[in-house]
Amino acid sequence: MEEPLIELKDIYKIYHMGSEEVRASDGVSLTICRGEFVAIVGKSGSGKSTLMNIIGALDVPTSGEYYLGGEDVSHMSDNQLAEIRNKMIGFIFQQYNLLPKLNLLENVELPLLYAGLGASERKERAMASLERVGLKEKWKNLPSQLSGGQQQRVSIARALAGSPSLILADEPTGALDSRTSREVLDFLKQLNREGNTIVMITHDNSIAMEARRVVRVFDGKINFDGDVNEYSAIL
Amino acid sequence: MNILQSFKMAIKSIMGNKMRSFLTMLGIIIGVASVIILVSLVNGQMSYMTESFESMGTNQISVNVTNLSTRSVSVDEMYEFYEENRSLFGQMSPMVNIATTVKNGNQSLTTTSVSGVSEEYLDLKDQTLEAGRFIQYSDILSRQKVCVVGYFVAWDLYGGVEEALNQTIKIGGNAYQIVGVVSRENEDELEEGGSDDFIYLPYSCAVKMSRNANINSYIFTTADLNYTTEAKEAIDAFLLDIFKDEDLYNITAMSEMLDSLNSMITMMSALLGGIAGISLLVAGVGVMNIMLVSVTERTREIGIRKALGAKKRVIMQQFVIEAAMTSTMGGIIGIILGAVATTVVGNAMGMNATPTPSAVAISFTVSVGIGLLFGYMPASRAANLNPIDALRVE
Repeated sequence: MEEPLIELKDIYKIYHMGSEEVRASDGVSLTICRGEFVAIVGKSGSGKSTLMNIIGALDVPTSGEYYLGGEDVSHMSDNQLAEIRNKMIGFIFQQYNLLPKLNLLENVELPLLYAGLGASERKERAMASLERVGLKEKWKNLPSQLSGGQQQRVSIARALAGSPSLILADEPTGALDSRTSREVLDFLKQLNREGNTIVMITHDNSIAMEARRVVRVFDGKINFDGDVNEYSAIL
Repeated sequence: MNILQSFKMAIKSIMGNKMRSFLTMLGIIIGVASVIILVSLVNGQMSYMTESFESMGTNQISVNVTNLSTRSVSVDEMYEFYEENRSLFGQMSPMVNIATTVKNGNQSLTTTSVSGVSEEYLDLKDQTLEAGRFIQYSDILSRQKVCVVGYFVAWDLYGGVEEALNQTIKIGGNAYQIVGVVSRENEDELEEGGSDDFIYLPYSCAVKMSRNANINSYIFTTADLNYTTEAKEAIDAFLLDIFKDEDLYNITAMSEMLDSLNSMITMMSALLGGIAGISLLVAGVGVMNIMLVSVTERTREIGIRKALGAKKRVIMQQFVIEAAMTSTMGGIIGIILGAVATTVVGNAMGMNATPTPSAVAISFTVSVGIGLLFGYMPASRAANLNPIDALRVE
């Protein structure tokens, strides 16, 4: 049995909209071990984004416990959450979320900057990370000078720069055409083969099939959790 | 994440939006420059006025009495008092001002100040003679029709100092002999009504011309500036004894007037500085406004930074430093502009105005403070943004 990286125990996230109570997460329990490649699928409004925010330490649950690498994240302060995100999680966003006024190197350096690393070490690690996604030569460019696929590769480089325990990809191919989507997915798969734990959020079943394990969320609850082959069988 | 990084980021952000940064600074620039210009010009004016007051003699005490038929003080009584308190005083002179025209042949002067004075008056005024002699005690006793004229009168009516000496001058219809000429007072200009346009005659003659029985004004000088209060009290006691009513006379010490002038100008300087300070406050609100816009515009950026692990303090620091730097840069430009404008305007107004170090220091501190103060609110708004909401913004 692999060592668990993510442990969600009976997570509830409840919003109050006027008098109405919205249960965005309605008792979710989930364990993800190191080295897994998990796709979380669900339609919009299913609660998959809420789940990703909690897993990504961007938000804390209303009740329940969340352990990330053995640490209780569910009761942390904003600043502690920021530190957890910085040290343990590499984000890949649908919209790449690169800072338009910074060049590629500065963009990739950003999490290392907030980690408090010195200038030379930052540059070294950011360059290595850019090299890994094949964009080392373009480090001086601004994100706007790159294609969508290249920008997403920069954001992957940024996610990798801090050597995080978890790579969290939110609709990583949502803004890309099918060919570049393929590239990005292949790259994620390769990262997983190299031992990285990847959690990918998507609404697209065909994208989810690229993972090794699929978790389907519906109405704030998990209604499927299993091997990708089992998932393809029920579709 | 150290302060240096925040400074680098702030410079990048300011440079990335040059036009907007400049417009934000403009308020601060105008505010700081106007504080410096106003305060420096007022100070320049103040030192000019103080100097001219001092040249009139800060050790002077002037006494004005109201002549009543029942009670009055005569010249002899005044001299008696003066002699009794000789240790307090330097000089004393009765002062009889006559409004009249002076003539040499067809040429006449209407602006000349004609005063009847004593033989001590030249020393009292700290003046020197260019030529001839001053009025003497015997002239006063015998009511000699002699006079001493100012440099301007000598040149304007006679065309020179030597030319004027021993000439006759008509003062209010009476012929006087010019026995002396006083050295030039104002080195810059010689003009009608200026400080060299005067005539001194024996007070005994002047009082006769003025058709008054008594003399209303006296000027004393104290032997030492420290005696001012004591001397004033002595005169006061003497006059109160005669008049029994302190409203009937008036004793003014020049040094006290100088003090009140100084305090008045200080107040005015503070008032004008305060008005200019309000423009700095408005500029501060401008900085806050732009920073708030900037935070709104950069909500997504803040969200990304937070998602990547920026703590509240770091975001806070970034925005506060950016605001402080903007207003500090504005402050520095304003100081330079203000210093240049002060010198230019000062020269144009013919006075020696230099930016006072205190005005520079205060306006610099205030502009940095404004940046910190008004940058704080937008910065804390930025720092408290929820990363999820911030990332959702397009």
